[in-house]
Amino acid sequence: MTSLLKRTAAALALSAALLSAPSMSMAQDGGGSIVVTYKDDIATLDPAIGYDWQNFSMIKAIFDGLMDYEPGTATLRPGLAESYEISPDGKVFTFRLRDGVKFHNGRAMTADDVKYSFERTVNPATQSPGAGFLGSIEGFDAMQAGTASELSGVKILDPKTVEVTLSRPDATFLSVMALNFSFIVPKEEVEKSGADFGRNPVGTGAFKLSEWTLGQRLVLTKNADYYREGAPKLDEITFEIGQEPVVSLLRVQNGEVDVPGDGIPPAKFREVMDDPAQKARVVEGVQLHTGYITMNTKAAPFDDLKVRQAVNMAINKDRIVQIINGRATPANQPLPPTMPGYVEAYEGYKYDVEGAKKLLAEAGHPDGFETELFVANVDPQPRIAQAIQQDLAAIGIKASIQSLAAANVIAAGGSAEGAPMIWSGGMAWIADFPDPSNFYGPILGCAGAAEGGWNWAKYCNEALDAKAAEADAIVDPAKAAERAAAWGQVYEGVMADAPWAPVFNEKRYTMRSERMGGEDALYIDPVNTPMNYKYVETK
Amino acid sequence: MSVLVGPDAPVLPPSAPVTGEGVVSRLLRRKLAVLGLLVIAAVVLSAAFAPWIAPYDPNEQFFDGLSLEGAPLGPSAQFWLGTDLLGRDLLSRLLYGARNSLIIGVVANGAALIIGTLVGVVAGYFRGIVGTVLMRFTDLMMAFPALLLAICLAAVLRPSLWIVALVIALVNWVQVARVVYSETRSLSEREFIQAEVTLGASRARILFAHVLPHLTSTVIVYGTLGISTTVLLEATLSFLGVGVQPPDASWGNIIFENQTYFQAAPWLVFFPGAAILLLALAFNLVGDALRDVLDPTEEGRG
Amino acid sequence: MATYLLRRLFQAALILLGVSLVTFALLYLLPADPARQIAGRTASAAQVANIRTQLGLDQPFFVQYARYLGNLLQGDLGRSYLQRSQVSDLILARLPASLLLMVAAIACELALGLTMGLLAAVRRGRASDHALMVTSFVTVSAPQFVVGLLLLYVFAVRLGWFPIGGYGTFSHLVLPALTLGILGAGWYARMMRSSMVDVLRQDYIRTARAKGLKRWTILLRHAFPNAILPIIAMIGIDIGLFMSGIVVVESVFGWPGIGQLAWQAIQRVDLPIIMGVTLVSAVAIVLGNLLADLLAPFVDPRIKLQ
Repeated sequence: MTSLLKRTAAALALSAALLSAPSMSMAQDGGGSIVVTYKDDIATLDPAIGYDWQNFSMIKAIFDGLMDYEPGTATLRPGLAESYEISPDGKVFTFRLRDGVKFHNGRAMTADDVKYSFERTVNPATQSPGAGFLGSIEGFDAMQAGTASELSGVKILDPKTVEVTLSRPDATFLSVMALNFSFIVPKEEVEKSGADFGRNPVGTGAFKLSEWTLGQRLVLTKNADYYREGAPKLDEITFEIGQEPVVSLLRVQNGEVDVPGDGIPPAKFREVMDDPAQKARVVEGVQLHTGYITMNTKAAPFDDLKVRQAVNMAINKDRIVQIINGRATPANQPLPPTMPGYVEAYEGYKYDVEGAKKLLAEAGHPDGFETELFVANVDPQPRIAQAIQQDLAAIGIKASIQSLAAANVIAAGGSAEGAPMIWSGGMAWIADFPDPSNFYGPILGCAGAAEGGWNWAKYCNEALDAKAAEADAIVDPAKAAERAAAWGQVYEGVMADAPWAPVFNEKRYTMRSERMGGEDALYIDPVNTPMNYKYVETK
Repeated sequence: MSVLVGPDAPVLPPSAPVTGEGVVSRLLRRKLAVLGLLVIAAVVLSAAFAPWIAPYDPNEQFFDGLSLEGAPLGPSAQFWLGTDLLGRDLLSRLLYGARNSLIIGVVANGAALIIGTLVGVVAGYFRGIVGTVLMRFTDLMMAFPALLLAICLAAVLRPSLWIVALVIALVNWVQVARVVYSETRSLSEREFIQAEVTLGASRARILFAHVLPHLTSTVIVYGTLGISTTVLLEATLSFLGVGVQPPDASWGNIIFENQTYFQAAPWLVFFPGAAILLLALAFNLVGDALRDVLDPTEEGRG
Repeated sequence: MATYLLRRLFQAALILLGVSLVTFALLYLLPADPARQIAGRTASAAQVANIRTQLGLDQPFFVQYARYLGNLLQGDLGRSYLQRSQVSDLILARLPASLLLMVAAIACELALGLTMGLLAAVRRGRASDHALMVTSFVTVSAPQFVVGLLLLYVFAVRLGWFPIGGYGTFSHLVLPALTLGILGAGWYARMMRSSMVDVLRQDYIRTARAKGLKRWTILLRHAFPNAILPIIAMIGIDIGLFMSGIVVVESVFGWPGIGQLAWQAIQRVDLPIIMGVTLVSAVAIVLGNLLADLLAPFVDPRIKLQ
């Protein structure tokens, strides 16, 4: 919490500096161009569909939403909306759109585009993985079911004003308005490209797509007409696709690449951090991430609370952190420390092998039992799973490891019978937006426990679900602290039932080349990976 | 134990009535072959007796097996071949891993050789409808990417070492069949075979006395080179979730787990790599000698 | 010749049909549910069901297969579940790079492997023979990833002779082709040596020798063409092995080929891409083998196309 505030303050100071010195950014005419690498293909740049950590931030550079974040922080600010009003009951949001915003094709953006974009995401034909985020808008269910072709809750008051009515109070709605799935797209371009809009994206954003050679490279060029003064700083960003992270790092060291998008690979981490010159170019920060072990609460032996508590006490988190070269901090609750709602005072389950054994014996397993631990097969996840396996063996639990492609682990976790234990690494929940509710619904709430859901623990505590709904009904920004505290109680309640064993919160390390500049906060931006493309610059 | 399948088992079709007497003694007169046999025996023995030879439990993650920053340790008096990324003793893992790797390298590869040779010879020598059907079936099998077959089996069956062996045999026999087929075809057109045919020799006699012995060199090459490639293929498969699952070791998956660390911790790639190489070389030395001993045209020379 | 070719092409079509059916069936059996993957983590059961209907995944197996086949005949391989692009676009964009790498790598393998094998056979039993054969073992036993990375580190990073990966010019091609070439050369060297040793013992070579022909004339004119037959069969096989071997090398060198596409699709269980890549590689393998069979009689005239 404290560090979040500090970073927020720093970034506010930064953006203030930017606003007060527009002449400086004008003078720096050639903003420079940089090279970023990724191993895997960029799937799509359609904001309604793209949901990988690679394309998520690229889409944020090409499109805009009604809301936005202060660069380098998790603080919301108006985006395409110039201002907004919330009705006293928290159910009606009125957005006043900014003047002079143009799509990359030159057409001015209007309220029609807002309505069209929301409806496009919700329309089942779009097959958006994020449609559910807009679930609180009135008319969502009817449109999803196919009985309505429009969202009854979205009204165009005039070409510059949109009124959105919710079916229930939703404190996260403004965050959702800053999420990719509610970004504004031009109807005519979507219709022109059809299903290939994701390869021919046209938005209002700071960059436009100027080249995409499938499987090779993708070039974003500055949008000179961008509505925000002083952004973007760079003229061009080239994404080179398809190279091993280890090789990308060699290229960084050789000065050919500015930022390795996949980060510093574990095999090179010590080498980089032991060299002062390279270490100086690494920005270290936190991320809204928790790595955890899920236990299937609906099947023996993990249907017994004592067994789940024993697992929580058996894990030597410090050792696991050591195995991944200290790139994380031990965790004792679902929320990461920088998330509002994190309970500083909560002590969690202490590492206590003897205590764990005692609990197991009380649960009727004095000699332990056999089970399975599923894990994604990408380094370092199988290694972490093996460390967990050894810790479990120490209290008598013999867990055999099933190391599979992430998609198969997710399928196993979501299946009706579920998976006994899953180590979440590589598939873990990184928050879509910095709000405590984002760690609950699909992964700990009753809704996600159904077949195919992401609640791999199959955990369902209806009392907590009700409490969570109450917390989300606190929409008044002035009561943010109260809401955070309510969420804190929800997560403490979760930990009392111990469906998870939280293991660590991963830290973030972004490496950049010598010539790249801008505040450090931009490279550990909480809503952008690996960095905030709009505001980073070259020296 | 199936690991102890003799090195010559996959090489010779069982019924070949080669100049039977004295093969072993003639083999033993060759120094290199003896060296190869010794290496193979050493690997088999160390695999069989790993629990007694290995200094540590191969899966135990030692607290002092990692540096404070979590880096693996190089070879030392305590850990002779160093430790891996979890602080486990590499030597112990190699000794235990030899079991899995031998099964893959010898059994799976041997099965592939036997099936492939049979199919190739039958199709290439007898031809006709059977031959055509066999070769088109081979083509069909060959047209499948091995990786796809592997993931599907992984998803449908419970992963185990024997599934890996099965997958590898299924994938590899095709190549052997293809090569043996084309060589058999070429052989049966050669003068000396044609001469035998005109002399009225029975097809079976020609097959066993002339065709099969001429194929041994090709088969031996495939068999010996196949050992190292199958051991490495197993590593790829275990990465896809079939087969040897962590924490169990195999030489292939030790390399595969650690290959990105080849600069930071070269011993993690070098030692298992050397082990695979040594085993493959040993089989090759024996195979080469065996070929000379069994040579139909020349009484084995140097 | 023409009837032979027609018959083989007909057989090839049957094989491809078989491959498509078996692959489709295998993928159908996979537990992963594409509709759920597409619908994402916030989706309700109704949304998932809706998407399943849209994709036709609720239809019986043979209806799905028939539809796939129908589209296939019109050149439509479907859309990727996760990338949402036409699979044919994704494959066509990457196919040329893979084909180029394959041809270059096979050329490398042959040049290195045949030379090594020939020299070893001629110097059979001597120290240089042993050295060459041990070398061939080292290359075959070496993990591709490590060899690729080593070459890259030494020749691109340290010496700066070649770019550190990428695609486009001849100098980009050298290191990946060399990596694959070195690793495959061991196989060809061993095959060539043993085949050559066999041939050198044949009566007609002895006759040629007795006639007093020059040594290299005998080797290259008489022995080599006979020894190369098993090698040609191997090239056909090599094409099949390439599909799995190319993955690692492509990602080390950032080579935008089809192997990387296949690997990513397998990792993400993106079925339409897996299906498409399987079919395309099956076509390559079948054609490669057909070519090998067609070439055989040219090299060894005693073989007749039947």
